[in-house]
Amino acid sequence: MSPRAEQPVDWSGVQLHVVTGKGGTGKSTVAAALALALASTGKDVLLCEVEGRQGIARMFDVDPLPYEERRIARGLPDGDVSPGAVHALHIDAESALLEYLAMYYKLGRAGRALDRFGIIDFATTIAPGVRDVLLTGKVYEAARRNARHKGARRYDAIVLDAPPTGRITQFLNVNGELAGLAKVGPIKNQADTVMTLFRSPKTLVHLVTVLEEMPVQETADGIADLRDAKLPVGAVIVNLVRPRDLGHAALEAARSGDLDREQITADLQAAKLDVTHELVDALVAEARDHADRRALEDAQRLLVRDLDVPTAELPRLADGVDLGGLYELAALLEQQGLA
Amino acid sequence: MSTSGRTSQRTRPRVGPLTATTERAPSLDVDALLDDRGTGIIVCCGSGGVGKTTTSAALALRAAERGRKVVVLTIDPARRLAQSMGIEELDNTPRPVPGVGGPAGGSLDAMMLDMKRTFDEVVLSQATPEKARSILDNPFYIALSSSFSGTQEYMAMEKLGQIHAQAQQDGSYDLIVVDTPPSRSALDFLDAPERLSSFLDGRFIRLLLAPAKGPARLMTAGVGLITNALTKILGAQVLRDMQTFVAAFDTLFGGFRQRAQKTFSLLQADGTAFLVVAAPEPDALREAAYFVERLTEDEMPLAGLVVNRASAPVAVDLSVEEATAAADRLVAIEHDSTTAGLLRLHADRGRIVAREAHLRERWATEHPGVPTTVVAALSTDVHDLDGLRRVGSLLADG
Repeated sequence: MSPRAEQPVDWSGVQLHVVTGKGGTGKSTVAAALALALASTGKDVLLCEVEGRQGIARMFDVDPLPYEERRIARGLPDGDVSPGAVHALHIDAESALLEYLAMYYKLGRAGRALDRFGIIDFATTIAPGVRDVLLTGKVYEAARRNARHKGARRYDAIVLDAPPTGRITQFLNVNGELAGLAKVGPIKNQADTVMTLFRSPKTLVHLVTVLEEMPVQETADGIADLRDAKLPVGAVIVNLVRPRDLGHAALEAARSGDLDREQITADLQAAKLDVTHELVDALVAEARDHADRRALEDAQRLLVRDLDVPTAELPRLADGVDLGGLYELAALLEQQGLA
Repeated sequence: MSTSGRTSQRTRPRVGPLTATTERAPSLDVDALLDDRGTGIIVCCGSGGVGKTTTSAALALRAAERGRKVVVLTIDPARRLAQSMGIEELDNTPRPVPGVGGPAGGSLDAMMLDMKRTFDEVVLSQATPEKARSILDNPFYIALSSSFSGTQEYMAMEKLGQIHAQAQQDGSYDLIVVDTPPSRSALDFLDAPERLSSFLDGRFIRLLLAPAKGPARLMTAGVGLITNALTKILGAQVLRDMQTFVAAFDTLFGGFRQRAQKTFSLLQADGTAFLVVAAPEPDALREAAYFVERLTEDEMPLAGLVVNRASAPVAVDLSVEEATAAADRLVAIEHDSTTAGLLRLHADRGRIVAREAHLRERWATEHPGVPTTVVAALSTDVHDLDGLRRVGSLLADG
């Protein structure tokens, strides 16, 4: 398991986990696994997506999600703790805007007229920053529900599958995005309230990366941006880590071409395989590729350590991530102290 | 590939029991595409993190070294890519890439899109100095030009149009390679010109313009209702800024719309080739499928699919099951056997290769006749022109 199993901080009071990552690093998978991990500790969790991809529905093998909270899974039973439920919500800007208008302005006829004039379309696709205010506003609404909201479901934790690392600070820094545009007014007030939650200790932004140069560099840049915007950085979650089937000495030998071919031949015979030169060649060549990759990973891992934030690692699952795989990753996140 | 003639001739997708048979995709001849003087624009599109930018740069470099005069327009601000082309900083002007050329007489320039500068330049070139100043200083314009996530798409298309027009005039380039923005929706850049046009023609703009233009007769009951609602939501100040902006921008809109439509038809023309880039992962291939369907719908010329980061095929015939069983037998004899480790690695690789091959075959069955090239993953990152050359030859050999 990970050498850094213990976390230096207690994250049990965190209410909103924002998960970001460069494209291709598996941020949606990690967000889903984190939601399951939190549920396994007995929490009721809401997993939100904001990018219109319906990735949650696919991962959990359920029908496409509407703009409505749906129960999709339960955490793993963990000793005496009875697991919580995971609900999912697909947030789209247009539904969020209509809900917002209905809730706060009771617009009625004017609300429908807005649509007719193409203003809903304008607000959700063209007006700068408004879209992000709407998406984050809905997350805020779910996080801030309390006993006063009759009938509304309350959650112990919310996991947000957020936009990628390159856009995350802009996305969360909603009032920064609106600055200069809306200096006063209701939209500005809304953005300010949302920011208060995002900057509080109740929020953490986790960054998913793989151990390659560009994603690690982007993670470092992302952390710097988040810190500049005073947004709380959580963990770096290293995903798709290659298997560790070879020890240090064997890796060295594989890289320098010094693997003991006679020993390998004898071992393969002992394992009752038909040994050919081609087989030994192929295994040695594969080992060299693997050793190169591991060397790259080790170098990048040092850079990740220098980022000075808690880290967790998840393996690459050779068969891809199905629901069983998600639970496996969830258990690993829990063991490493992320839930 | 022998099947290519047959598959490309079929016009309708196959239905019924035959669809279950494994469809080998015809192979994409990258060098023929690059050498074809009729190819004037290559657009690389696909979801984030599939290596679009590296693919664009590698294609551009390969084309240049095969004698084309190439400019590559990238959107990704990856410093490493700039460095790999020997340029410290890419900016809004094409810069020559040193060390490219050789006997074939080609050349390579590279530029990175600066969306705000591109937008500013359009304003400056279209309006009188005073008018331009009032637009550039407007808070609504500043927000729109710098932070709106769709602006990048509009501006990428704008810049493509500009470079193309210039190249037509002075012959500076005969091939433009475009790397599309890592959009929230991978299709945004196709929709951008259309969306801009319909927005500019829409009632909302006229509504915003109405009070600025004065005549009270336009202030019908409906309009009053709307402006009141907007004031309530946005606040009066935002609405005022927007009105000022729209009024100042009004005269520019015609030009904008015209150019957006021109770029769109440029993309539809024969000289353009779209390459859809993916990785052998379900999400990336799903995005690639959207792209292929969308490009076909819009009658955009699709050249083929690039599957990046594929695991190298297994060179020897030892199945996953055999390797795993043999590894288990060895571990029983010697707990930390290195050979057992090698066998487990082989099994892991075998599983991944099989899974990727399965995903690719399914994709090819669902989208028959899309020429495909498969690029094996490098075990290290690309740092220099030689790295890009290596990617380029993998693209051509796939």
